[in-house]
Amino acid sequence: MRLVIGQGSCGVATGAKKTSAEFEKLIAQAGLDIKVEKTGCIGNCYLEPIVDVYDDADALISRYVQIQPEKAAEIVEKHLVGGQVVSELAISEVDEKFLSSQKRIVLRNAGVINPEDIEAYIAVGGYGAIEKVLKEMSPEDVIEEIKVSGLRGRGGAGFPTWFKWDAARKNRGKDKYMVCNADEGDPGAFMDRSVLEGDPHSLLEGMTIGGYAMGANEGVIYVRAEYPLAIHRLEMAIEQSRAKGFLGKNLFGTSYSFDIRIKAGAGAFVCGEETALIASLEGERGMPRLKPPFPAEKGFWQQPTNINNVESFANVPWIISNGGAAFGAVGTDKSKGTKVFALAGKIKKGGLVEVPMGLPLRDVIYGIGDGIKGDKEFKAVQMGGPSGGCIPASLIDTPVDYENITKTGAIVGSGGMIVMDETTCMVDMARYFLDFTRKESCGKCNYCRIGTKRMLEILERITQGEGRDGDIELLIELAEKVKDGSMCGLGQTAPNPVLTTIRYFRDEYEDHIYNKKCTAHSCKALLTFEITDACTGCTLCSRRCPVGAITGERKQKHVIDPEKCIKCGKCEESCKFSAILRD
Amino acid sequence: MCENCNSQPGSVTDFADLAPVLEKYGNVQGSLITILQKAQDIYGYLSMDAINYISENTGIKPAKIYGVATFYTQFRLKPIGKNLIMLCKGTACHVNGADSIEEAITEFLEIEDGETTADGIFTLNNVACLGCCSLAPVMMIKNSDGEETFGNLTKDKAKTILADIRKRDGEQEVAG
Repeated sequence: MRLVIGQGSCGVATGAKKTSAEFEKLIAQAGLDIKVEKTGCIGNCYLEPIVDVYDDADALISRYVQIQPEKAAEIVEKHLVGGQVVSELAISEVDEKFLSSQKRIVLRNAGVINPEDIEAYIAVGGYGAIEKVLKEMSPEDVIEEIKVSGLRGRGGAGFPTWFKWDAARKNRGKDKYMVCNADEGDPGAFMDRSVLEGDPHSLLEGMTIGGYAMGANEGVIYVRAEYPLAIHRLEMAIEQSRAKGFLGKNLFGTSYSFDIRIKAGAGAFVCGEETALIASLEGERGMPRLKPPFPAEKGFWQQPTNINNVESFANVPWIISNGGAAFGAVGTDKSKGTKVFALAGKIKKGGLVEVPMGLPLRDVIYGIGDGIKGDKEFKAVQMGGPSGGCIPASLIDTPVDYENITKTGAIVGSGGMIVMDETTCMVDMARYFLDFTRKESCGKCNYCRIGTKRMLEILERITQGEGRDGDIELLIELAEKVKDGSMCGLGQTAPNPVLTTIRYFRDEYEDHIYNKKCTAHSCKALLTFEITDACTGCTLCSRRCPVGAITGERKQKHVIDPEKCIKCGKCEESCKFSAILRD
Repeated sequence: MCENCNSQPGSVTDFADLAPVLEKYGNVQGSLITILQKAQDIYGYLSMDAINYISENTGIKPAKIYGVATFYTQFRLKPIGKNLIMLCKGTACHVNGADSIEEAITEFLEIEDGETTADGIFTLNNVACLGCCSLAPVMMIKNSDGEETFGNLTKDKAKTILADIRKRDGEQEVAG
């Protein structure tokens, strides 16, 4: 028997390390011979810390959820010693549906194997694909297999992976490089982190296969510095892989050599753009340059370079082992395979969700995510981060694939899916993203540098109640110009959150501008606070009010002076009788 | 040399710890970001002295190093407190009230984003996304012991966490 505890960043943040230490202590005290192992993100982030119990035949017999250290004793005593499953602490049937309704290809090992042990990866067939490739397939065969699979880049653009590999293969150079973009800069996305933390070897294997196909002998993983655990596990994985001879010279006794190193990024969203990423790898400011020449011709150190995202690579060993046709059988006509989404925001069950392409949004949000927190009304889902857009409730039956999502004005992007309810202001959402892109613009193109700033100023004005007639039209005009006048993807897509919110929620903009009202009651400057008859005169709010705007006798209904009120909301937070009305 | 490049009073002048880093990476093309990351790991920030020292030992011009250091959000040109609070401002955190957490922190510590408390215990930095979106709102606190992530924050929870750290570090100071 063994215990496996989910220790991705989410698990650790909820105290999984302490839980793990507690189990180790108690098991030692009880004199049991049970190993406590770690795994990556299991996916049900909302149920962390998660403790899985495997029997001697390595079958999962129980999954315990939300196990804080103090609950460990009961499990050790009743289950590990007594042999009785503690059903009150085990995962419910409803929660099991969260995982069972998914189709896991990319995340096949995440949350299952120990990411810090290469043997665990080998035991589930790991490094079998690269062995097959090196011993039985030519580089052209590999590219053909990927072509058959229909795999498209999972980083956002959805460009066919085989095409990029083929182009990089055909270009001649002194050296060639296979680069992995693990700089998950899109706020609200954490799929790549989970793969890096939960199954780092599948990335190494995928990169090696790609390297062989394009004819590269060196791989570089450009990973976010904000992911310390991911970097640590990658370093371990690379070391173990080298020791086994899966990286280095003459892999599997063939003439092919390939090694991988890690380069920590330093925090710049624009480095998600290929040419900016290459500049950053070379130690420069991460500023994009004009294409062509494409990286496949002149990339890292002016040599043919191919860049793929973590998720794309993680698919590759599966495709080689199971065949391109098996992968192509999943998904839709033009969007093959699965896609991992990071489901978060105002959702009941947030976490990592991997589903076949083409599944309707409704199935993801209600079927897997179980709907909106507090059973509020679903308003929109933001997809594609700062480059994407908001899809309104009316389009909830849209199938999730590249073509259909693009039609809505959003993009599949890297897979962030942020759910919003009636309390989320859409103008504020647009302002939030513009603030992000404005800060992250590298400043090279005028329209991106200045245009995003001007757009942000207009949005700030609107959310502060100083919107003017014509602002919406001005925003649209600027948005078009920024799209046209920017060289790279950052500027070309930065206006998307504004355009989609205007397209679907124009009435909210108009409410802000003409009626000076925020429909979602979220923009502070447009709020009014009023005390209702539910007030018992407890005086708490008047004591909490930082500006003395609330007056009234004890046991009498209090009153807020709107002239003095700074709309900080402290009265609302402190009121125990829900007597403060926010409008 | 411009005024900005002059030595700062009280800054580190002995770069003995940085020498091995420069020995390893100084001549490797394209290693500037790695060198700056290591330097920041050692000293907590990049002082002008450190930038000049790197320049002298790599031949890269100080202006270029400064350009790279200011381009990336990871690099700091000012010293930080013992505990670096990285408050997540990612989309999920924004939707779940990261702004009100920021308000609570700035009110409690009396510092704004990017500033350090007078007692040198905390520095507050807003960051784009920590990737723990399902636990939003989230902050990560980094100090010499490593980093710890705190999720599902409320205003009160954030204040309690900070108060505990302040108490612990304050006591250590007295004991030390």
